[in-house]
This record gives sequence, C-alpha cells and structure tokens, in this order.
Amino acid sequence: MTLLRVDRLDCRYGLLQAVRGVSFEVAQGETVALIGANGAGKSTLLRAAAGAHKPHGGRVIFDDIDVTSMPAHRRVSLGIALVPEGRRLFPSLTVEENLRVAAARRGRWNVQSVLEVFPLLQPRRHMAAANLSGGEQQAVAIGRALMSNPRLLLLDEVSLGLAPIIVDAVYRSLAGIISEGTTVLLVEQDLTRALNVAGRVICLLEGRIVLEGEAASLDRDRVVGAYFGLKRPA
Amino acid sequence: MTIVNAVLQGIFLGAFYAVLACGLSIMFGVMRVINLAHGDIAVLGAYVVFVIVQSTGMSPLVAFVVALPVMILLGYVLQLAILERSLKSGILTPLLATFGLSIVIQNLLLITFSPDVRSLGGNAGAITTSSWQVTSGLSVSALGLVILVVAVLLFGALQLFLSRTRAGWMMRATAEDADAAELVGINSRGVYARATALAVAIAGLGGLFLAIRSVFDPVSGPTQLIFAFEAVVIGGMGSLWGTLLGGLALGVAQTLGAHINPEYSALTGHLLFLAVLIVRFGGGRVSLRAVR
Repeated sequence: MTLLRVDRLDCRYGLLQAVRGVSFEVAQGETVALIGANGAGKSTLLRAAAGAHKPHGGRVIFDDIDVTSMPAHRRVSLGIALVPEGRRLFPSLTVEENLRVAAARRGRWNVQSVLEVFPLLQPRRHMAAANLSGGEQQAVAIGRALMSNPRLLLLDEVSLGLAPIIVDAVYRSLAGIISEGTTVLLVEQDLTRALNVAGRVICLLEGRIVLEGEAASLDRDRVVGAYFGLKRPA
Repeated sequence: MTIVNAVLQGIFLGAFYAVLACGLSIMFGVMRVINLAHGDIAVLGAYVVFVIVQSTGMSPLVAFVVALPVMILLGYVLQLAILERSLKSGILTPLLATFGLSIVIQNLLLITFSPDVRSLGGNAGAITTSSWQVTSGLSVSALGLVILVVAVLLFGALQLFLSRTRAGWMMRATAEDADAAELVGINSRGVYARATALAVAIAGLGGLFLAIRSVFDPVSGPTQLIFAFEAVVIGGMGSLWGTLLGGLALGVAQTLGAHINPEYSALTGHLLFLAVLIVRFGGGRVSLRAVR
C-alpha cells in the first residue's frame, strides 16, 4: 500500500528551481533513502513533503489525501513528522519540554519510551536543549519527531556534524524504530550508510531523479556515477 | 523619610507601568512585533469599561470582567486581520500597520466620545481614596497597593503559564522557531493569535488602572505607550520579569525626579531610559532574549 506519493513536484526558491518534476512513491513500512550531491534538491523534497516548503507545482499525497496545500502542523496530526536539517530544537525548553510540546498523536511513543530508546537523554531530561552536545541534540530532534507517533518519519541528514561513533549510535536507534514498521524517508550524504539502512534508494541530480532501485540490487559504481552525474561510456 | 515615601510611591506608579508594558513585552517576545497602538488599545479598554460603567452603574472592577471577553476578541481580530498580513512582509510593516491603527483608534474615540477628559476614579469607590498613614511622611494608598499586588500576580501567573503549561511551552517554542514549531504540530497562527489576545486583554487591564488612578481622553494612548516602551527596554526587551523590574525602575526614577522638582518627573524617567540604552546597546552588544 502506498503511503506517500509525490507527483510531478516542482519546488523553487525565487528563480532557482530546486526540484524539477519529481515523482515517486513510498510504500507502507518501506525505508527509502534520498541521495545526491549538495544542492540536488533532497532537503527541499523532504521539506515539501512535511509542509515546510510550499511547492510551485505538482502534488503530495499522503494516505490517499492530497496534502499539497495543507499547513505543516496539520500534516503532523495526519502522521507526517520531519526531523529537520540542523535539528532546530527549542533552545530554552528542557529536553522533556521539547518532547512533550510535540506530542500530537497517541501511540507507542511517549516521553518514557523515547528516553528508553535514547538512554543518553535520561540524565539530561531537565536540562535546556541549548546546553546539550550535538549527538544529544540529534537524539532529542528524532525523539521529538517520534512523539507525534508518525506513520511517516522524514529524516534530513541526521548524521551531519556528528562524530562517527555518535552517528553509529543514532543509526542503531533508528534501526530499532524502522524494525517496528515505521515508514522512513531519509536524506543521507553517507552512501554506505544509506545503502545499509534503506531498502530502496532514490538518487537525485540537479532536481531530477537519475537512478532509483532496490539498495541490494544497485552496484556502488552505478550509484556513484549517478550521484555525481558522471557520463559513463556505453 | 520623604525620600522613602517617594520610592514607595514610585514602586506603586511603576507597577502600573509594568502592567501597561506587559502586553507590549509579550508581543515583542513572541512575534518580534513592536505594537505602536498598544497605548491606544489600553485607552480603548478604558473606554470599554467606561461605557459599561455608564450604562449599568456597576463598579469599574466588575465592569472590567465584562470588558475582558471584548478585549480578547479584539486581540484575535487584530492579529488575524492586521498583524498576520503585515508580519509576512518584513519587520517594518507591522510597525507601520500598528502606527496607522493607533491613529485610527484615536480618531474613532474622538468621534464617539468627544475630546472630554474622563476618569473612573469616582466610580471605583473607597479603593481610590483609602490610604494608610504609616508615619507622618509615609502613606500607603489602597489603590497603589492593589495595582502592585495585581502586577506581581499577573507576572507570576504568566511566568507559571510559560514555564509549566504545555500551552506556555508551545508559545515559547513558536517564539524561538516558528517553522520548527509548525513541524512538531504547533499551529503557529493560533499561538500568535492567542499571544495577541493575551496582550490586548492585559492592555485593557492597564487601561482600567489608568482610568481609576488618573484621567484619560482619546489621545492619552501615545503617552502611555512611551512609558510602557521605556519599561520594556529598561527591563531588557522580551524578558518578562525584566519588564516588571523595568516598570518599577521607571516609576521610582519618575517619583524621585518629582521629589527634586515636580517638573523633573518625566525627565528623570527618560534619562534612566537613555542611560540603559547607552549601557546596553552603546557597547555594540545587542541582546534580544526570548520570553522565558
């Protein structure tokens, strides 16, 4: 069953066209990675799916509902949650307040279960988010998105700016979340990680899909070629 | 002893300024909007209470409770009809829009109520006239004490609201990052409208105190705005407790000035404001803290 359908989506920043007529589907329970170089339009695509960027054309359909012109906060109550690039926590709120302010839908996730998945946050519970380390902030950002009990979790570069050992821990937690059946669409710069965690990979180049396929079936050279837009000899 | 009395009266006066400044501080803290019509909204609140008192003969304090829903509704309308549109087009547009609103309110009040000077002091009963003579040079007026207690309760309640309730966290989250707030399911438009409604309601309370403790007319607003604005800036823009302290400091500065020479009252207040501006912004360090 298709959970998210993006249909000929066009996104612009003024004259700059970031996403050009992109169409794809994400099925229930799937984990899809969007990969591509900087400026390929990955983050814009995620933001358009979450409602943080108003598309210029095309449609976003979630669970058979056209959400293209729906404001972001209403998409959250339908079950779409975005972990934005740069984490974007509320700095003066404590960890617990950051989590509790985001509770939107009932379900498996609450403050307790989020803290169980990210035990590093337990001692930081009553500390202002501004005073956390990068890895702790990322954990809060993911936990905050989980608090709305999303059916579709959008993750934008969760490994950006974190030490490799922290990234490992974050991805271990994510693996647990994915195995529980949450549908995930993620943007990841690290190709190896993207191919490991995702069932399917979509590669963007200059706002267009240039390669799409099962992660297991794609060989790394083809992906690298599509990633950088290298013309390969026939 | 007269100095002590001047300070005490300054604290009572300052509590009034703090109530006036509270709504201004909320709107700046949450939306980064400087509402130039804030003083006129307070005066409008005074007229709403005045109309209710005139037509029913009830005490102004009871009439304010009746006026409160009117002010809250007015706040929602102000946000959804005017501020929300102007917020979309940059930082200067809300300033212009509220400046225009200030002129509109003043002229509507002039047409409706004539330029006559009014007061509700006489209708409020014993509260305006009672006082306790502590010593020969020190007297505590009942009204001053009531305003001080209300101001402290008001700021305390707002502090509790912002730090303890989910609606308060939503307001702080939206103030800090409205886009991120939307992404966690917070209706930022709704939060903005609630913040403005709260600010307008508290402006109405300021208007009530103005009407009871002294006199008002359709063009009293800008003077109230200046004192409220000075209180906000002295206390640190966007900081709630700062606004209370800023109001008290302004009041004390004014009564101490008046103690030296009655002509110096407003002057010493302005001097304190300028001194704070120079100390805070003169060194090139700009601090705009969110409501905490």
